[in-house]
Amino acid sequence: MASANVLVCVKRVPDSTEEVVLTEDAQAVDGRRSGFTMSAHEECAVELAVQATASTDGQATVLTLGEAEAVEQLRNALAVGCTAATHVLGDPFAFGPGDVAREIAAVVRDHEAEGRVHDLVLLGNDAADSGDFQVGIRLAYELGRPVVNGASTVEIEDSADGPVVVAVGEGPDGQETYRVALPAVVTIREGGVEPRYPSVPGRLKAKKVPIEERQPVSEPTGPGRVKLVLPPPAPSAVQILGEGPEAAPAVVDLLEKLGVLTPGKVAP
Amino acid sequence: MILTLVETDLEGGAIEVSLEAVTFARDLSAAGNGVPVDAVVFGDVSDDLRGELAAYGVRNVHRVAGDGVAAYSGAGWASALQSVLDAAGSVVLMAAGTDRGTELMAHVAARTGASMAANVLSFSGLAPFIVTRQVVGGAAMEEMKLHERPAIFTVAGHAVEAKPADVSGAGDVVEHTPTVAPEDLLAAVVSTTQPEADESGALTSAKVVVGAGRGVGGAEKFDDVLELTELLGAALGVSRVVTSAGWRPHHEQVGQTGSRISPDLYVPCGISGAIQHWAGCSSAKTILAINSDAEAPMVTRATYAVIGDLHEIVPAINAELRNRGYGA
Repeated sequence: MASANVLVCVKRVPDSTEEVVLTEDAQAVDGRRSGFTMSAHEECAVELAVQATASTDGQATVLTLGEAEAVEQLRNALAVGCTAATHVLGDPFAFGPGDVAREIAAVVRDHEAEGRVHDLVLLGNDAADSGDFQVGIRLAYELGRPVVNGASTVEIEDSADGPVVVAVGEGPDGQETYRVALPAVVTIREGGVEPRYPSVPGRLKAKKVPIEERQPVSEPTGPGRVKLVLPPPAPSAVQILGEGPEAAPAVVDLLEKLGVLTPGKVAP
Repeated sequence: MILTLVETDLEGGAIEVSLEAVTFARDLSAAGNGVPVDAVVFGDVSDDLRGELAAYGVRNVHRVAGDGVAAYSGAGWASALQSVLDAAGSVVLMAAGTDRGTELMAHVAARTGASMAANVLSFSGLAPFIVTRQVVGGAAMEEMKLHERPAIFTVAGHAVEAKPADVSGAGDVVEHTPTVAPEDLLAAVVSTTQPEADESGALTSAKVVVGAGRGVGGAEKFDDVLELTELLGAALGVSRVVTSAGWRPHHEQVGQTGSRISPDLYVPCGISGAIQHWAGCSSAKTILAINSDAEAPMVTRATYAVIGDLHEIVPAINAELRNRGYGA
């Protein structure tokens, strides 16, 4: 089949396994102590982009909008099989979801003008930090393309009318399948694929890939953020029932008190 | 008018979080000189649903049907929502923060050029309209201005308690059969398959959930935890570490990128309580943590805890449950 090119969009986000710390102006999450990572949904989007392009002999390009340090996330995606990278330099907390969508659309159009068509654009369903849940959908409208939201797998197939993307995800009533003609946009939710770990040769190769650096094409209108706030620290009110297996009777006493047990036959 | 998308379950009843969203809409109406609260429903509106929404203070139930919305498509359904909005002249469009509710609000926002706020917890002030919403999986909050009309947002699950209104609404059904443009139907669901029985929504609706995390120590070490799950008639939920390591399937994952649960009792075993996980289990009414680290966030945030090796504690609890005649 014809080769399909995929653009996968990722975001450098503070690692949220640790306590969240805000910057002094309360406009951003300060990740300097916790470290940074890529949103979990996007790790899966990168894996799907690599698989989809490998199966069709196409190119997988990774894109981010972020500060200079976000090059780390681009290199990580290159190390697992992406073949090109574009970095739009900017402070992601100053960009609203509509702004980000406009910047991605500008990259897609500029690449297309150079003869690099991105048949499929993959994004995460939502970013782990800002949680806006809308960049992919807004991008689709910017580009005038159809969009599938929250798929966990995508495959590119040939059809009588040209290449289609088959996207599968969980809907409210079961597993839903979409078949959409390319070009299209799909946002990805974690769970359908296992992201691969970068190999040492993969990391070495990634270091040599030139990264296209760009400035944003327009001034961001912003996210409408007044400020970020942290929930007040809740004092621990935990009641320790005991230590070790000796606590078992106290646990079952509690379960009885909570009324969550149903008497049944004792198993042999 | 405030328009709230109400989602229904397979039996045609309103889902709990949609009733929470209608309750939120009423609070907003009360603050805004009693603007009417309307609901919009795709598909059938039974007398029971109409009655329930009336009891929640809903004036009109806008029922959307027709070929254009027969199969789900984000753009198609959003275009239908837009036509209801235009016909009714709504100043607010909102939904519960479900996957579908969030997707549809994002579509309408993109189509109208308005902003959208996901997972709103509360509002403070109407002019300007400022909402507080969850970010970082609920570990932080953002105060956000929604400048445009309609103001579009989703309500975070369990941000408010669903409560019928003091004064019922009329609950009159208004029929809509919007025409949907072909370009809005390019990405529509072509087939839906029912999940396997053990992969169904059992986790999100379970009254008791037993959790398992890194502390379990390996795919082959789940027997005790699974036995406890069975003895309690509970569902098993696991942390991201467990699914990333391939010990258990992803559909059992609880957290920011998994299921969000709200059981009466959650029993996390060997789960430290990282933000990613807490985002999915913080709505549990009671938490009984079993952990070797008394300082782990899951322990300090729990209602009750037992400190020690879960592989000693869980079998002892299982034995005690059997001794007292519990479990099938």
